[in-house]
Amino acid sequence: MYESPSWLHELWSAREALWSGFLTSVQCSILAILLGTLIGVVAGLVLTYGRFWARAPFRFYVDLIRGTPVFVLVLACFYMAPALGWQINAFQAGVLGLTLFCGSHVAEIVRGALQALPRGQMEASKAIGLTFYQALGYVLLPQAMRQMLPTWVNSSTEIVKASTLLSVIGVAELLLSTQQIIARTFMTLEFYLFAGFLFFIINYAIELLGRHIEKRVALP
Amino acid sequence: MTHVAASTQNTSQALLEIRGLHKQYGQLEVLKGVDLTMQRGNVVTLIGSSGSGKTTLLRCVNMLEEFQGGRILLEGESIGYHEVNGKRVRHSENVIARHRAMTGMAFQQFNLFPHLTALQNVTLGLLKVKKLHKDEAVVLAEKWLERVGLLARRDHFPGQLSGGQQQRVAIARAIAMKPSLMLFDEVTSALDPELVGEVLSVIKGLAEDGMTMLLVTHEMRFAFEVSDTIVFMNQGRIEEQGPPKDLFERPQSPRLAEFLKSTRF
Repeated sequence: MYESPSWLHELWSAREALWSGFLTSVQCSILAILLGTLIGVVAGLVLTYGRFWARAPFRFYVDLIRGTPVFVLVLACFYMAPALGWQINAFQAGVLGLTLFCGSHVAEIVRGALQALPRGQMEASKAIGLTFYQALGYVLLPQAMRQMLPTWVNSSTEIVKASTLLSVIGVAELLLSTQQIIARTFMTLEFYLFAGFLFFIINYAIELLGRHIEKRVALP
Repeated sequence: MTHVAASTQNTSQALLEIRGLHKQYGQLEVLKGVDLTMQRGNVVTLIGSSGSGKTTLLRCVNMLEEFQGGRILLEGESIGYHEVNGKRVRHSENVIARHRAMTGMAFQQFNLFPHLTALQNVTLGLLKVKKLHKDEAVVLAEKWLERVGLLARRDHFPGQLSGGQQQRVAIARAIAMKPSLMLFDEVTSALDPELVGEVLSVIKGLAEDGMTMLLVTHEMRFAFEVSDTIVFMNQGRIEEQGPPKDLFERPQSPRLAEFLKSTRF
């Protein structure tokens, strides 16, 4: 008589595919968060302090991307890059889409945090003779970063969740790996729950890290 | 304290010389041609009702406000703007930053940097603007914190200090940069009455040391005691100026008389 293998047995035999999917998810999320934060900080600074013509392209970028679903963004990067003569693979296209998305959100977070600082902070910096960039580096950004942190953590977890969309363009991240395993084992509920649990682990780790940093830099 | 009266006479040794200063916000003209001269060691206090332009005048001296006409010379250097081929051109940001370091400023709202300790607030300018070595900066900062009576609080953050203490740290932060002119902008206005005294006594001590100071204050008794010259401003102009005794006891302008009456000095 045929005995169906247990879920643990299937989990064990799928461990490599799951692990590889997990790593891909982590990898593309981290890349997108880091690159997106870099773009976002620059865009946020220009949006806050730039002249009109410097602000205009960044304002266009932020408004356009924030008004577009991430899913559309990922598909656009995947299909449009080759059409524009830019040969990138699915993983790169996916990371590009997530990065653009992350950058537009971080830009507004940075702008909001900088604009929320009392005007007197810049004035006091200038009054002791600091240049604009010194004031930014030593006085304004350290304070703005403290304010940004919770919102930034929130955006980062959004990126991790959005990384599942890369499955549509064939990136074997955690969701696609899970679907492939389900197609073979028919253990739908078990493996989806397990994938959900793994995503939770990634985001929980980010949240813990954020809380830890928040506590360390908290002001009395 | 040297009792050299500020005057509108042109003197080559003047520390600060303001000529025909005009400032407007859009259509609103807030300074309508102000002339003021300060010698080294002078303590000059600007008084007048709100909107008379006192604070704006003070803020033009370190270019926290741009101005559209006239000149400000500090130690002979033209503040904010210079002339190129007869055209008025704004100095580069670096030159303006250097000029700003020649003055120190204390604000109504203290504006201490909340993420830095009292000591770090004072050392920041010494390290990044004066480029002092860290040990030197700390010694200097401690000296000034001690002077304002807060050495014991050197490692406290602004959020752990009272308003009066914060203002004293802010004064130490400005003075430690060795400015040739100190600007005080209503430094006691945001303080609880019982904390005003400690800040005023710090300023008085500095005046006794010969520090050149330009103040805006509503503390008339203090202005009377500490100043060499009182300048009464009204609607963007200097209406009357002179030694405190003359101004307070024999005001010439009816507006000044009215103002003094309303302050119940």
